[in-house]
Amino acid sequence: MSASTAAAIARSIREGQTTATEVVEAHLAEIERTDGDVRAFLEVLGGTALEQAKAVDAGEVTGPLAGVPIAIKDVLCMEGIATTCGSKILEGWRPPYTATAVRRLVEAGAIPIGKTNMDEFAMGSSTENSAFGPTLNPWSTGHVPGGSSGGSAAAVAAGHAPVSLGSDTGGSIRQPASLCGVVGMKPTYGRVSRYGLVAFASSLDQIGPFSHTVEDAAIVYAAMAGHDPMDSTSLPESVGDPVGAIGRGIEGIRFGVVTELAGDAIEPEVAAAFASAIEGLGAGEVSLPSFDHALSAYYLIAPAEASSNLARFDGVRYGLRIDAADTTAMMRRTREAGFGPEVKRRIMLGTYALSAGYYDAYYGQAQRVRTLVANDFGRAFEDFDILLSPTSPTTAFEIGERTADPLAMYLSDLCTIPANLAGIPAISIPAGVDSRGLPIGLQLMAPALEEERLFAAAAELETRIGFDAKPALTGGAE
Amino acid sequence: MAITPDDVRHVAKLARLDFDEAEVARFAKDLGDILEHASKIAELDLADVEPTAHPIKLENVWRPDELRPSLTPEQALANAPAAEEQKFRVPRILEVEEVGE
Repeated sequence: MSASTAAAIARSIREGQTTATEVVEAHLAEIERTDGDVRAFLEVLGGTALEQAKAVDAGEVTGPLAGVPIAIKDVLCMEGIATTCGSKILEGWRPPYTATAVRRLVEAGAIPIGKTNMDEFAMGSSTENSAFGPTLNPWSTGHVPGGSSGGSAAAVAAGHAPVSLGSDTGGSIRQPASLCGVVGMKPTYGRVSRYGLVAFASSLDQIGPFSHTVEDAAIVYAAMAGHDPMDSTSLPESVGDPVGAIGRGIEGIRFGVVTELAGDAIEPEVAAAFASAIEGLGAGEVSLPSFDHALSAYYLIAPAEASSNLARFDGVRYGLRIDAADTTAMMRRTREAGFGPEVKRRIMLGTYALSAGYYDAYYGQAQRVRTLVANDFGRAFEDFDILLSPTSPTTAFEIGERTADPLAMYLSDLCTIPANLAGIPAISIPAGVDSRGLPIGLQLMAPALEEERLFAAAAELETRIGFDAKPALTGGAE
Repeated sequence: MAITPDDVRHVAKLARLDFDEAEVARFAKDLGDILEHASKIAELDLADVEPTAHPIKLENVWRPDELRPSLTPEQALANAPAAEEQKFRVPRILEVEEVGE
Protein backbone atom coordinates (compact mmCIF):
# COMPACT_ATOMS: atom_id res chain seq x y z
CA MET A 1 0.00 0.00 0.00
CA SER A 2 2.74 2.40 0.99
CA ALA A 3 4.22 2.47 -2.49
CA SER A 4 0.99 3.59 -4.12
CA THR A 5 0.54 7.14 -5.32
CA ALA A 6 -2.63 9.18 -5.01
CA ALA A 7 -3.03 9.05 -8.79
CA ALA A 8 -2.76 5.23 -8.81
CA ILE A 9 -5.10 4.79 -5.83
CA ALA A 10 -7.78 7.06 -7.33
CA ARG A 11 -7.48 5.21 -10.64
CA SER A 12 -7.85 1.73 -9.12
CA ILE A 13 -10.90 2.85 -7.17
CA ARG A 14 -12.44 4.41 -10.30
CA GLU A 15 -11.75 1.26 -12.30
CA GLY A 16 -13.18 -0.98 -9.59
CA GLN A 17 -9.95 -2.84 -8.79
CA THR A 18 -10.26 -1.82 -5.17
CA THR A 19 -12.62 0.20 -2.96
CA ALA A 20 -12.10 3.37 -0.94
CA THR A 21 -12.97 1.39 2.17
CA GLU A 22 -10.19 -1.13 1.46
CA VAL A 23 -7.75 1.72 0.82
CA VAL A 24 -8.64 3.53 4.04
CA GLU A 25 -8.54 0.30 6.07
CA ALA A 26 -5.11 -0.56 4.68
CA HIS A 27 -3.74 2.86 5.60
CA LEU A 28 -5.28 2.74 9.07
CA ALA A 29 -3.60 -0.66 9.54
CA GLU A 30 -0.27 0.78 8.44
CA ILE A 31 -0.66 3.66 10.93
CA GLU A 32 -1.49 1.11 13.62
CA ARG A 33 1.58 -0.95 12.66
CA THR A 34 4.25 1.76 12.61
CA ASP A 35 3.02 5.07 14.01
CA GLY A 36 4.08 4.02 17.48
CA ASP A 37 7.65 4.32 16.14
CA VAL A 38 7.15 7.49 14.09
CA ARG A 39 4.47 9.43 16.02
CA ALA A 40 3.39 11.35 12.94
CA PHE A 41 -0.21 11.71 14.11
CA LEU A 42 -1.77 13.67 16.95
CA GLU A 43 -5.18 12.23 16.13
CA VAL A 44 -6.22 9.48 13.72
CA LEU A 45 -9.64 10.11 12.19
CA GLY A 46 -10.51 6.44 11.59
CA GLY A 47 -14.28 6.75 12.12
CA THR A 48 -14.94 9.71 9.85
CA ALA A 49 -12.45 8.42 7.27
CA LEU A 50 -14.33 5.10 6.96
CA GLU A 51 -17.66 6.96 6.68
CA GLN A 52 -16.25 9.10 3.86
CA ALA A 53 -14.86 5.97 2.19
CA LYS A 54 -18.35 4.43 2.22
CA ALA A 55 -19.73 7.54 0.55
CA VAL A 56 -17.10 7.24 -2.18
CA ASP A 57 -17.86 3.54 -2.65
CA ALA A 58 -21.59 4.36 -2.87
CA GLY A 59 -20.82 6.78 -5.69
CA GLU A 60 -21.98 9.77 -3.63
CA VAL A 61 -18.57 11.47 -3.85
CA THR A 62 -16.56 11.67 -7.04
CA GLY A 63 -13.54 13.73 -8.05
CA PRO A 64 -9.89 13.44 -8.97
CA LEU A 65 -8.96 12.33 -5.42
CA ALA A 66 -12.00 10.15 -4.66
CA GLY A 67 -10.98 7.65 -1.99
CA VAL A 68 -7.43 8.96 -1.49
CA PRO A 69 -6.40 9.26 2.19
CA ILE A 70 -4.71 12.54 3.12
CA ALA A 71 -2.99 13.52 6.38
CA ILE A 72 -3.62 17.08 7.57
CA LYS A 73 -1.12 19.19 9.54
CA ASP A 74 -2.73 20.12 12.84
CA VAL A 75 -2.54 23.84 12.03
CA LEU A 76 -5.46 23.50 9.59
CA CYS A 77 -8.99 23.77 10.94
CA MET A 78 -11.57 21.04 10.43
CA GLU A 79 -14.99 21.73 11.89
CA GLY A 80 -15.57 19.97 15.20
CA ILE A 81 -12.17 18.22 15.22
CA ALA A 82 -9.58 19.20 17.82
CA THR A 83 -6.90 21.48 16.35
CA THR A 84 -3.87 21.99 18.59
CA CYS A 85 -1.13 23.59 16.47
CA GLY A 86 1.16 21.41 18.60
CA SER A 87 0.42 23.69 21.55
CA LYS A 88 -1.08 23.30 25.00
CA ILE A 89 -2.68 26.72 24.71
CA LEU A 90 -5.31 25.41 22.26
CA GLU A 91 -6.30 22.59 24.62
CA GLY A 92 -9.83 21.43 23.94
CA TRP A 93 -10.39 23.81 21.01
CA ARG A 94 -12.70 22.55 18.29
CA PRO A 95 -12.88 24.94 15.35
CA PRO A 96 -16.36 25.96 14.21
CA TYR A 97 -15.34 25.92 10.53
CA THR A 98 -13.15 24.07 8.02
CA ALA A 99 -10.14 25.51 6.17
CA THR A 100 -10.87 26.23 2.50
CA ALA A 101 -7.92 24.06 1.37
CA VAL A 102 -9.22 21.06 3.33
CA ARG A 103 -12.83 21.65 2.22
CA ARG A 104 -11.81 21.71 -1.45
CA LEU A 105 -9.78 18.52 -1.10
CA VAL A 106 -12.70 16.76 0.58
CA GLU A 107 -14.96 17.98 -2.25
CA ALA A 108 -12.42 16.45 -4.68
CA GLY A 109 -12.93 13.14 -2.86
CA ALA A 110 -9.86 13.12 -0.58
CA ILE A 111 -10.34 11.51 2.84
CA PRO A 112 -8.64 13.16 5.85
CA ILE A 113 -7.16 10.24 7.79
CA GLY A 114 -5.60 12.16 10.66
CA LYS A 115 -4.11 15.36 12.08
CA THR A 116 -0.32 15.43 12.08
CA ASN A 117 2.25 16.58 14.60
CA MET A 118 4.18 19.82 14.14
CA ASP A 119 6.46 22.28 15.86
CA GLU A 120 4.27 24.44 18.10
CA PHE A 121 2.55 27.07 15.92
CA ALA A 122 4.84 25.94 13.06
CA MET A 123 7.88 27.48 14.79
CA GLY A 124 10.79 25.12 14.34
CA SER A 125 12.71 22.94 11.91
CA SER A 126 12.61 19.55 13.65
CA THR A 127 9.10 18.96 15.10
CA GLU A 128 10.82 18.76 18.50
CA ASN A 129 8.96 21.91 19.60
CA SER A 130 5.61 20.10 19.70
CA ALA A 131 4.01 20.16 23.15
CA PHE A 132 3.06 16.52 22.47
CA GLY A 133 6.58 15.20 21.90
CA PRO A 134 8.63 14.87 18.72
CA THR A 135 7.86 12.98 15.52
CA LEU A 136 10.70 10.66 14.50
CA ASN A 137 12.15 10.22 11.02
CA PRO A 138 10.89 7.01 9.33
CA TRP A 139 14.34 6.58 7.73
CA SER A 140 16.02 6.53 11.15
CA THR A 141 14.05 7.01 14.33
CA GLY A 142 17.08 8.51 16.08
CA HIS A 143 16.80 11.49 13.71
CA VAL A 144 14.35 14.37 13.34
CA PRO A 145 11.93 14.45 10.40
CA GLY A 146 12.54 18.17 9.93
CA GLY A 147 9.87 20.75 10.56
CA SER A 148 7.70 22.38 11.20
CA SER A 149 5.45 20.03 9.14
CA GLY A 150 7.44 16.99 10.32
CA GLY A 151 4.34 14.88 11.04
CA SER A 152 2.94 15.36 7.54
CA ALA A 153 6.32 14.57 5.90
CA ALA A 154 6.84 11.49 8.07
CA ALA A 155 3.27 10.26 7.47
CA VAL A 156 3.88 10.16 3.70
CA ALA A 157 7.40 8.70 4.05
CA ALA A 158 6.10 5.96 6.35
CA GLY A 159 3.22 5.06 4.02
CA HIS A 160 0.53 6.21 6.46
CA ALA A 161 -1.03 8.34 3.73
CA PRO A 162 -0.06 8.79 0.07
CA VAL A 163 -0.34 12.58 0.37
CA SER A 164 -0.55 15.17 3.14
CA LEU A 165 -0.85 18.90 3.74
CA GLY A 166 1.66 21.16 5.43
CA SER A 167 2.26 24.88 5.78
CA ASP A 168 5.45 26.65 4.75
CA THR A 169 6.49 29.96 6.31
CA GLY A 170 10.28 29.67 5.94
CA GLY A 171 10.67 26.14 4.57
CA SER A 172 8.32 24.14 6.80
CA ILE A 173 7.14 21.95 3.88
CA ARG A 174 10.29 21.73 1.76
CA GLN A 175 12.83 21.10 4.55
CA PRO A 176 10.96 18.15 6.15
CA ALA A 177 10.23 16.79 2.65
CA SER A 178 13.97 16.85 2.03
CA LEU A 179 14.79 15.16 5.35
CA CYS A 180 12.10 12.48 4.86
CA GLY A 181 12.80 11.67 1.19
CA VAL A 182 9.45 12.86 -0.19
CA VAL A 183 8.19 15.66 -2.46
CA GLY A 184 7.10 18.91 -0.76
CA MET A 185 5.80 22.00 -2.53
CA LYS A 186 5.18 25.61 -1.51
CA PRO A 187 2.89 27.49 -3.94
CA THR A 188 3.11 31.17 -4.86
CA TYR A 189 1.94 33.28 -1.93
CA GLY A 190 -1.82 33.77 -2.38
CA ARG A 191 -2.42 30.72 -4.61
CA VAL A 192 -3.93 28.63 -1.81
CA SER A 193 -6.38 30.29 0.56
CA ARG A 194 -5.13 30.70 4.12
CA TYR A 195 -8.70 30.71 5.48
CA GLY A 196 -8.70 28.20 8.32
CA LEU A 197 -4.90 28.05 8.57
CA VAL A 198 -3.92 29.22 12.05
CA ALA A 199 -1.62 32.16 11.31
CA PHE A 200 2.10 32.21 12.15
CA ALA A 201 3.51 34.97 9.90
CA SER A 202 0.71 36.09 7.61
CA SER A 203 2.83 37.61 4.84
CA LEU A 204 4.85 34.38 4.50
CA ASP A 205 2.52 31.45 5.33
CA GLN A 206 1.39 29.22 2.48
CA ILE A 207 -0.31 25.79 2.45
CA GLY A 208 1.14 23.06 0.23
CA PRO A 209 1.26 19.30 -0.42
CA PHE A 210 3.59 16.40 0.46
CA SER A 211 3.62 13.34 -1.81
CA HIS A 212 5.80 10.59 -3.27
CA THR A 213 5.66 12.02 -6.79
CA VAL A 214 5.64 15.43 -8.44
CA GLU A 215 2.43 14.44 -10.24
CA ASP A 216 0.65 13.80 -6.92
CA ALA A 217 1.85 17.18 -5.61
CA ALA A 218 0.35 18.80 -8.71
CA ILE A 219 -2.95 16.92 -8.30
CA VAL A 220 -3.33 17.98 -4.65
CA TYR A 221 -2.22 21.54 -5.41
CA ALA A 222 -4.67 21.82 -8.33
CA ALA A 223 -7.54 20.59 -6.15
CA MET A 224 -7.05 23.26 -3.49
CA ALA A 225 -5.59 26.29 -5.32
CA GLY A 226 -7.52 29.22 -6.69
CA HIS A 227 -9.28 32.33 -5.52
CA ASP A 228 -11.20 32.30 -2.23
CA PRO A 229 -13.22 35.32 -1.13
CA MET A 230 -12.57 34.30 2.51
CA ASP A 231 -8.87 35.26 2.21
CA SER A 232 -8.25 38.85 1.13
CA THR A 233 -4.68 37.94 0.06
CA SER A 234 -5.97 35.17 -2.22
CA LEU A 235 -4.96 35.73 -5.85
CA PRO A 236 -7.66 36.09 -8.53
CA GLU A 237 -5.47 34.66 -11.35
CA SER A 238 -6.36 31.35 -13.01
CA VAL A 239 -4.50 28.31 -11.63
CA GLY A 240 -4.06 26.94 -15.19
CA ASP A 241 -3.34 23.24 -15.66
CA PRO A 242 -0.61 22.18 -13.24
CA VAL A 243 -1.35 18.45 -13.70
CA GLY A 244 -1.25 18.80 -17.49
CA ALA A 245 2.19 20.39 -17.12
CA ILE A 246 3.64 17.04 -15.99
CA GLY A 247 5.40 15.52 -18.98
CA ARG A 248 5.95 18.79 -20.81
CA GLY A 249 9.68 18.35 -20.22
CA ILE A 250 12.41 20.95 -19.94
CA GLU A 251 13.18 21.88 -23.52
CA GLY A 252 14.22 25.53 -23.61
CA ILE A 253 14.23 25.87 -19.81
CA ARG A 254 17.30 27.72 -18.55
CA PHE A 255 18.46 26.46 -15.13
CA GLY A 256 20.49 28.59 -12.74
CA VAL A 257 22.29 27.59 -9.54
CA VAL A 258 22.26 30.23 -6.79
CA THR A 259 25.86 30.49 -5.61
CA GLU A 260 24.87 31.87 -2.18
CA LEU A 261 22.93 28.64 -1.54
CA ALA A 262 25.70 26.32 -2.71
CA GLY A 263 28.70 27.37 -0.62
CA ASP A 264 30.47 26.27 2.56
CA ALA A 265 27.22 26.05 4.54
CA ILE A 266 26.23 22.97 2.53
CA GLU A 267 27.38 19.56 3.83
CA PRO A 268 29.78 17.92 1.33
CA GLU A 269 27.56 14.86 0.75
CA VAL A 270 24.56 17.12 0.09
CA ALA A 271 26.60 19.27 -2.28
CA ALA A 272 27.81 16.17 -4.14
CA ALA A 273 24.30 14.73 -4.51
CA PHE A 274 23.06 18.11 -5.70
CA ALA A 275 25.81 18.40 -8.31
CA SER A 276 25.13 14.89 -9.55
CA ALA A 277 21.35 15.44 -9.72
CA ILE A 278 21.65 18.54 -11.93
CA GLU A 279 24.30 17.10 -14.25
CA GLY A 280 23.40 17.45 -17.89
CA LEU A 281 20.98 20.36 -17.35
CA GLY A 282 23.56 22.87 -18.56
CA ALA A 283 22.80 24.99 -15.50
CA GLY A 284 24.48 28.39 -15.22
CA GLU A 285 25.41 30.17 -12.02
CA VAL A 286 23.89 33.30 -10.57
CA SER A 287 24.98 35.29 -7.53
CA LEU A 288 22.18 36.86 -5.45
CA PRO A 289 24.09 38.79 -2.76
CA SER A 290 21.04 39.80 -0.71
CA PHE A 291 20.55 36.12 0.18
CA ASP A 292 23.41 36.47 2.67
CA HIS A 293 21.01 38.58 4.75
CA ALA A 294 17.77 36.68 4.05
CA LEU A 295 18.01 34.49 7.16
CA SER A 296 18.48 37.50 9.45
CA ALA A 297 15.61 39.36 7.79
CA TYR A 298 13.35 36.33 8.11
CA TYR A 299 14.12 35.86 11.79
CA LEU A 300 12.98 39.44 12.42
CA ILE A 301 9.95 39.56 10.09
CA ALA A 302 8.45 36.18 11.01
CA PRO A 303 8.69 36.70 14.80
CA ALA A 304 7.37 40.26 14.44
CA GLU A 305 4.28 39.02 12.61
CA ALA A 306 3.98 36.07 15.00
CA SER A 307 4.09 38.30 18.08
CA SER A 308 1.07 40.14 16.70
CA ASN A 309 -0.81 37.04 15.44
CA LEU A 310 -0.32 35.11 18.68
CA ALA A 311 -1.71 37.96 20.78
CA ARG A 312 -5.11 36.32 20.19
CA PHE A 313 -4.22 33.43 22.51
CA ASP A 314 -5.10 35.20 25.72
CA GLY A 315 -7.48 32.85 27.54
CA VAL A 316 -10.57 34.91 26.70
CA ARG A 317 -12.32 33.29 23.73
CA TYR A 318 -10.93 29.75 23.36
CA GLY A 319 -8.32 27.31 24.59
CA LEU A 320 -6.51 27.30 27.89
CA ARG A 321 -7.25 29.74 30.71
CA ILE A 322 -5.30 29.95 33.97
CA ASP A 323 -7.44 31.97 36.33
CA ALA A 324 -6.15 35.00 38.20
CA ALA A 325 -7.58 37.96 40.10
CA ASP A 326 -7.62 40.30 37.11
CA THR A 327 -7.68 39.95 33.34
CA THR A 328 -4.10 41.05 32.66
CA ALA A 329 -2.72 38.56 35.19
CA MET A 330 -5.00 35.86 33.74
CA MET A 331 -3.60 36.54 30.26
CA ARG A 332 0.01 36.47 31.44
CA ARG A 333 -0.42 33.24 33.39
CA THR A 334 -2.33 31.58 30.57
CA ARG A 335 0.34 32.46 28.02
CA GLU A 336 3.15 31.49 30.40
CA ALA A 337 1.57 28.06 30.97
CA GLY A 338 0.28 27.51 27.43
CA PHE A 339 3.23 28.43 25.18
CA GLY A 340 6.45 26.43 24.89
CA PRO A 341 9.97 27.93 24.99
CA GLU A 342 10.46 28.46 21.23
CA VAL A 343 7.11 30.21 20.83
CA LYS A 344 7.94 32.48 23.77
CA ARG A 345 11.37 33.17 22.26
CA ARG A 346 9.80 34.23 18.95
CA ILE A 347 7.12 36.34 20.63
CA MET A 348 9.81 38.05 22.70
CA LEU A 349 12.04 38.58 19.67
CA GLY A 350 9.16 39.95 17.59
CA THR A 351 7.87 42.20 20.33
CA TYR A 352 11.37 43.56 20.86
CA ALA A 353 11.92 44.12 17.12
CA LEU A 354 8.65 46.06 16.91
CA SER A 355 9.10 48.05 20.12
CA ALA A 356 9.72 51.78 20.31
CA GLY A 357 13.31 52.70 19.43
CA TYR A 358 14.12 49.46 17.60
CA TYR A 359 11.38 49.28 14.95
CA ASP A 360 13.35 50.86 12.13
CA ALA A 361 16.72 49.31 13.00
CA TYR A 362 15.33 45.78 12.99
CA TYR A 363 11.86 45.35 11.47
CA GLY A 364 12.17 48.24 8.99
CA GLN A 365 15.64 47.12 7.94
CA ALA A 366 14.43 43.52 7.52
CA GLN A 367 11.61 44.73 5.25
CA ARG A 368 14.16 46.55 3.10
CA VAL A 369 16.25 43.38 2.83
CA ARG A 370 13.05 41.67 1.74
CA THR A 371 12.84 44.13 -1.16
CA LEU A 372 16.44 43.33 -2.12
CA VAL A 373 15.71 39.59 -2.09
CA ALA A 374 12.68 40.08 -4.36
CA ASN A 375 14.74 42.32 -6.67
CA ASP A 376 17.54 39.73 -6.81
CA PHE A 377 15.04 37.03 -7.79
CA GLY A 378 13.60 39.37 -10.44
CA ARG A 379 17.06 39.90 -11.90
CA ALA A 380 17.90 36.17 -11.83
CA PHE A 381 14.63 35.25 -13.55
CA GLU A 382 15.56 37.50 -16.50
CA ASP A 383 18.36 35.05 -17.34
CA PHE A 384 17.00 31.80 -15.89
CA ASP A 385 13.61 30.08 -15.87
CA ILE A 386 14.19 27.83 -12.86
CA LEU A 387 16.63 28.36 -9.98
CA LEU A 388 18.18 25.39 -8.20
CA SER A 389 19.71 24.74 -4.79
CA PRO A 390 19.93 22.00 -2.19
CA THR A 391 16.74 22.15 -0.08
CA SER A 392 18.48 21.77 3.28
CA PRO A 393 22.17 22.34 4.03
CA THR A 394 22.28 18.99 5.85
CA THR A 395 20.45 15.68 6.00
CA ALA A 396 18.36 14.83 9.08
CA PHE A 397 20.10 15.68 12.35
CA GLU A 398 19.84 13.69 15.55
CA ILE A 399 17.00 14.15 18.03
CA GLY A 400 18.20 16.75 20.54
CA GLU A 401 21.22 17.80 18.48
CA ARG A 402 20.12 21.41 17.89
CA THR A 403 17.51 22.05 20.59
CA ALA A 404 19.92 23.91 22.87
CA ASP A 405 21.10 26.28 20.15
CA PRO A 406 18.31 28.30 18.46
CA LEU A 407 20.70 29.79 15.87
CA ALA A 408 21.94 26.37 14.71
CA MET A 409 18.31 25.30 14.32
CA TYR A 410 17.49 28.47 12.34
CA LEU A 411 20.30 27.69 9.85
CA SER A 412 18.25 24.66 8.68
CA ASP A 413 16.11 27.12 6.71
CA LEU A 414 18.98 28.85 4.90
CA CYS A 415 18.02 27.67 1.40
CA THR A 416 14.25 27.76 1.75
CA ILE A 417 13.66 31.22 3.28
CA PRO A 418 14.34 33.39 0.18
CA ALA A 419 11.30 31.92 -1.68
CA ASN A 420 9.03 32.84 1.23
CA LEU A 421 10.36 36.40 1.46
CA ALA A 422 9.69 36.88 -2.27
CA GLY A 423 6.42 34.88 -2.30
CA ILE A 424 7.52 32.63 -5.19
CA PRO A 425 6.71 28.91 -5.67
CA ALA A 426 9.30 26.24 -4.87
CA ILE A 427 9.42 22.47 -4.60
CA SER A 428 11.75 19.92 -2.99
CA ILE A 429 12.25 16.52 -4.61
CA PRO A 430 14.39 13.61 -3.36
CA ALA A 431 17.84 13.58 -4.98
CA GLY A 432 19.65 10.75 -3.21
CA VAL A 433 20.76 9.50 0.18
CA ASP A 434 23.92 10.18 2.18
CA SER A 435 26.37 7.53 3.45
CA ARG A 436 24.13 6.90 6.48
CA GLY A 437 21.16 6.29 4.19
CA LEU A 438 19.43 9.58 5.04
CA PRO A 439 17.60 11.39 2.20
CA ILE A 440 18.88 14.50 0.41
CA GLY A 441 16.56 17.03 -1.25
CA LEU A 442 16.86 19.25 -4.32
CA GLN A 443 14.96 22.55 -4.50
CA LEU A 444 13.55 24.15 -7.66
CA MET A 445 12.26 27.75 -7.56
CA ALA A 446 10.16 29.50 -10.22
CA PRO A 447 8.82 33.05 -10.66
CA ALA A 448 5.50 33.94 -8.99
CA LEU A 449 2.49 32.17 -10.61
CA GLU A 450 4.73 29.84 -12.68
CA GLU A 451 3.65 26.62 -10.92
CA GLU A 452 3.14 24.88 -14.27
CA ARG A 453 6.78 25.46 -15.20
CA LEU A 454 7.87 24.37 -11.70
CA PHE A 455 5.93 21.08 -11.89
CA ALA A 456 7.08 20.37 -15.47
CA ALA A 457 10.75 20.87 -14.58
CA ALA A 458 10.49 18.99 -11.26
CA ALA A 459 8.79 16.01 -12.93
CA GLU A 460 11.55 15.80 -15.56
CA LEU A 461 14.29 15.94 -12.88
CA GLU A 462 12.40 13.34 -10.85
CA THR A 463 12.52 10.98 -13.85
CA ARG A 464 16.21 11.63 -14.49
CA ILE A 465 17.17 11.15 -10.81
CA GLY A 466 15.09 7.97 -10.48
CA PHE A 467 15.08 8.06 -6.66
CA ASP A 468 13.86 4.66 -5.44
CA ALA A 469 15.23 4.30 -1.90
CA LYS A 470 12.67 3.44 0.79
CA PRO A 471 12.75 3.75 4.56
CA ALA A 472 13.26 0.37 6.27
CA LEU A 473 10.16 1.01 8.36
CA THR A 474 7.80 0.61 5.41
CA GLY A 475 9.06 -2.91 4.80
CA GLY A 476 10.75 -1.76 1.61
CA ALA A 477 14.33 -2.45 0.62
CA GLU A 478 16.82 -1.37 3.27
CA MET B 1 23.89 43.11 21.28
CA ALA B 2 23.51 42.99 25.06
CA ILE B 3 19.98 42.38 26.31
CA THR B 4 19.58 43.04 30.03
CA PRO B 5 17.21 41.26 32.41
CA ASP B 6 15.28 44.55 32.63
CA ASP B 7 14.88 44.59 28.83
CA VAL B 8 13.45 41.07 29.03
CA ARG B 9 11.04 42.01 31.82
CA HIS B 10 9.87 45.08 29.87
CA VAL B 11 9.29 43.16 26.63
CA ALA B 12 7.63 40.29 28.55
CA LYS B 13 5.20 42.80 30.00
CA LEU B 14 4.40 44.17 26.52
CA ALA B 15 3.91 40.60 25.24
CA ARG B 16 1.77 39.52 28.22
CA LEU B 17 4.25 36.87 29.27
CA ASP B 18 5.22 36.09 32.83
CA PHE B 19 8.75 34.78 33.45
CA ASP B 20 10.55 33.54 36.52
CA GLU B 21 14.15 34.66 37.10
CA ALA B 22 15.69 31.60 35.41
CA GLU B 23 13.63 32.28 32.28
CA VAL B 24 14.55 35.97 32.34
CA ALA B 25 18.23 35.02 32.34
CA ARG B 26 17.79 32.46 29.55
CA PHE B 27 15.81 34.80 27.30
CA ALA B 28 18.35 37.60 27.87
CA LYS B 29 21.05 35.31 26.51
CA ASP B 30 18.98 33.83 23.65
CA LEU B 31 17.67 37.20 22.45
CA GLY B 32 21.16 38.70 22.71
CA ASP B 33 22.61 35.91 20.55
CA ILE B 34 19.87 36.14 17.93
CA LEU B 35 19.97 39.94 17.75
CA GLU B 36 23.76 39.80 17.47
CA HIS B 37 23.26 37.75 14.30
CA ALA B 38 20.47 40.06 13.09
CA SER B 39 22.46 43.21 13.81
CA LYS B 40 24.40 42.56 10.59
CA ILE B 41 21.41 43.86 8.68
CA ALA B 42 20.96 46.82 11.03
CA GLU B 43 24.34 48.04 9.77
CA LEU B 44 23.46 47.89 6.04
CA ASP B 45 22.95 51.21 4.26
CA LEU B 46 19.47 50.72 2.82
CA ALA B 47 18.16 54.29 3.06
CA ASP B 48 17.17 54.26 -0.63
CA VAL B 49 15.38 50.88 -0.52
CA GLU B 50 11.61 50.75 -0.11
CA PRO B 51 10.45 48.33 2.59
CA THR B 52 8.33 45.32 1.52
CA ALA B 53 5.50 44.36 3.88
CA HIS B 54 3.89 41.87 1.55
CA PRO B 55 5.20 39.73 -1.32
CA ILE B 56 2.31 40.17 -3.75
CA LYS B 57 0.83 43.57 -4.46
CA LEU B 58 -2.92 43.42 -4.00
CA GLU B 59 -4.79 46.62 -3.25
CA ASN B 60 -8.34 47.46 -2.28
CA VAL B 61 -9.87 44.02 -2.04
CA TRP B 62 -13.60 44.75 -1.86
CA ARG B 63 -16.67 42.62 -1.45
CA PRO B 64 -20.32 43.62 -1.66
CA ASP B 65 -21.71 44.88 1.64
CA GLU B 66 -24.26 42.09 1.93
CA LEU B 67 -25.43 39.98 4.84
CA ARG B 68 -24.00 36.45 4.75
CA PRO B 69 -24.39 33.46 7.05
CA SER B 70 -22.00 33.58 9.99
CA LEU B 71 -21.41 31.81 13.29
CA THR B 72 -24.30 31.82 15.75
CA PRO B 73 -23.56 33.25 19.22
CA GLU B 74 -23.71 29.66 20.56
CA GLN B 75 -21.07 28.51 18.05
CA ALA B 76 -18.89 31.53 18.75
CA LEU B 77 -19.06 30.91 22.49
CA ALA B 78 -18.77 27.12 22.35
CA ASN B 79 -15.01 27.19 22.97
CA ALA B 80 -15.01 29.96 25.58
CA PRO B 81 -13.35 29.14 28.92
CA ALA B 82 -16.20 31.12 30.55
CA ALA B 83 -19.32 32.65 29.01
CA GLU B 84 -22.44 34.35 30.28
CA GLU B 85 -25.48 35.80 28.50
CA GLN B 86 -23.94 35.53 25.01
CA LYS B 87 -20.73 37.20 26.20
CA PHE B 88 -17.19 36.06 27.01
CA ARG B 89 -16.70 36.28 30.74
CA VAL B 90 -13.32 37.45 32.10
CA PRO B 91 -11.97 38.29 35.57
CA ARG B 92 -12.10 41.94 36.67
CA ILE B 93 -10.40 44.30 34.21
CA LEU B 94 -8.85 46.67 36.76
CA GLU B 95 -5.49 45.32 37.84
CA VAL B 96 -5.15 43.89 41.30
CA GLU B 97 -1.89 44.50 43.14
CA GLU B 98 -0.15 41.12 43.32
CA VAL B 99 2.73 40.03 45.47
CA GLY B 100 5.89 39.88 43.39
CA GLU B 101 4.33 41.88 40.56
